[in-house]
Amino acid sequence: MLSEDALKKIDREVAKYPADQKQSAVMAALVIAQDEKGWLDRETIGDVADYLGMAQIAAYEVATFYNMYDLAPVGKHKLTVCTNLPCALSGGVHAADYLKKKLGIDFNETTPDGMFTLKEGECLGACGDAPVLLVNNKRMCCFMTPEEIDKLIAECK
Amino acid sequence: MALISAINPLLTAGWQTGGHEWRMEKDAGWRLKDYEARGGYKALRKIINDKLTQDDVIGEVKKSALRGRGGAGFPTGLKWGFMPKAAPVKYIVCNTDEGEPGTFKDRDLLRYDPHSVIEGMIIAGYAVGAALGYNYIHGEIYEIYQRFEEALDEARAAGYLGGNILGSGFNFDLFAHQGWGAYICGEESALLESIEGKKGQPRFKPPFPANVGLYGKPTTINNTESFAAIPFIFNIGGENYLNLGKPNNGGTKLYSVSGHVNRPGNYEVPMGTPFATLLEMAGGMRGGRKLKAVIPGGSSAPVLPAEIMMDCTMDYDSLAKAGSMLGSGAVIVMDETVCMVKALERLSYFYFEESCGQCTPCREGTGWLYRIVHRIEHGQGRADDLELLNSLTENIMGRTICALGDAAALPVRSFTKHFKSEFEYHIEHKKCLVPPDVQYEGSKIYVRPSAC
Repeated sequence: MLSEDALKKIDREVAKYPADQKQSAVMAALVIAQDEKGWLDRETIGDVADYLGMAQIAAYEVATFYNMYDLAPVGKHKLTVCTNLPCALSGGVHAADYLKKKLGIDFNETTPDGMFTLKEGECLGACGDAPVLLVNNKRMCCFMTPEEIDKLIAECK
Repeated sequence: MALISAINPLLTAGWQTGGHEWRMEKDAGWRLKDYEARGGYKALRKIINDKLTQDDVIGEVKKSALRGRGGAGFPTGLKWGFMPKAAPVKYIVCNTDEGEPGTFKDRDLLRYDPHSVIEGMIIAGYAVGAALGYNYIHGEIYEIYQRFEEALDEARAAGYLGGNILGSGFNFDLFAHQGWGAYICGEESALLESIEGKKGQPRFKPPFPANVGLYGKPTTINNTESFAAIPFIFNIGGENYLNLGKPNNGGTKLYSVSGHVNRPGNYEVPMGTPFATLLEMAGGMRGGRKLKAVIPGGSSAPVLPAEIMMDCTMDYDSLAKAGSMLGSGAVIVMDETVCMVKALERLSYFYFEESCGQCTPCREGTGWLYRIVHRIEHGQGRADDLELLNSLTENIMGRTICALGDAAALPVRSFTKHFKSEFEYHIEHKKCLVPPDVQYEGSKIYVRPSAC
């Protein structure tokens, strides 16, 4: 079950929508649940659905449709590097290569100590700030030169 | 430019020099007090004080010739006019699901000027008789979402949102809805589905959102930049706004310039500005290298070779005439070190990854497109692959519910049309015209010195 604190946050989201449209809060509620649990297993998704009074399968559809929900465990720090064309023109691929080498993992892998998961991202909407990466879905890091990447990794450890 | 600088809050705030410098020097200006100090909420006050009717407001927007800044370029005033007057419940929705590769203007708008979007949405609510609105914000920019929520709190506390706004008897409230990683939600009906708490799969149209929108109610949905332009239009007058641009292409536009330029960033210039001028503003070509190609309107817009692009002006009509489109105003600049096959491969992968899977021609077709371009790039292309790609695009375009299928097909058609010899070389010689190390070196990490 989700904590009282998480449920309170979900209530705040529910209040944004008309009283008969609680389901509208499901995207935010799943984010809140993911933040608390680290990733979304079926039970958690089911709890969110029950809390919002919607069918569990409908919440599961949402969780599987949007890219940033983690349906399997990830490292403590999930790093998503954009390699789409505009970023790639300014070093997105180089930044990803540097991270792969530094962490010793490829895309969609997690370091043995469980600290880092590396993901290839689609457009993060910050192409002018390339290379760009996201830390745990919420923190955007821009202009990621090798020095900046070193700093970030040191800070995460 | 001096005249515009004097009257356009965006330009005076430093947009003409690019978002980056502004952020470095002026990232304290997004709060309500700053916005009010530069004339913010004056347009809303004036509309309320002068007791303008809904038709007055819509008429002024029509006069401005503002066209949707999200990509389609549909006249905003006309769209507002489609809203049924008698309907008791209506909604205003802002589309900040900015995930089209190359586009990063709405992020900066919400980061530096969130209240201009809020004011624009309130005015839209007033014009169409809606009492509730949502801003759907791209999931990847969570920090911007948080800032927008703070700005909403400020506006609510100041009486710009909520009941009886500024004593007018008009009620309007506004909330932020976060996306969570689905490009397709930038399509307006998919976005509405997403706000309803469902998978973001586009709806059949018609009916259009103005008749059956959010929760089945009439809904006006516009891009962030369109809403941000609204207060400005009322401050200077619709006709003056139109005159900043050129006929049928009113006003100014934000261009997100990315790729091989010296100063990637956002630049606001009048509609109809020559591409060459924009390129110069963005610092020219990186390392003095030669311009090869430009995608002028986000990744879905057809690519144009340098020689065609250098003759274009940046507006809906000029780029349409050149065989591309203005789209979202995302200008992706590529120099001579770029392998066009590889560039297309990356874009094709994007559409394959982001197809929502609802329509067979798109779900299957985007996979086919990616796999064929991938095999050409990796030296396994076949003699008839270009023909196959062409026939695939014909079987996708116009055969899907939304435009994502077309968006995946247009890059393929334009890349293979304008750079056909490069594709043929790849197929015949199993390698690229541009040596791989030149490609890798040409796109190495580049951060312009003032950025960090």
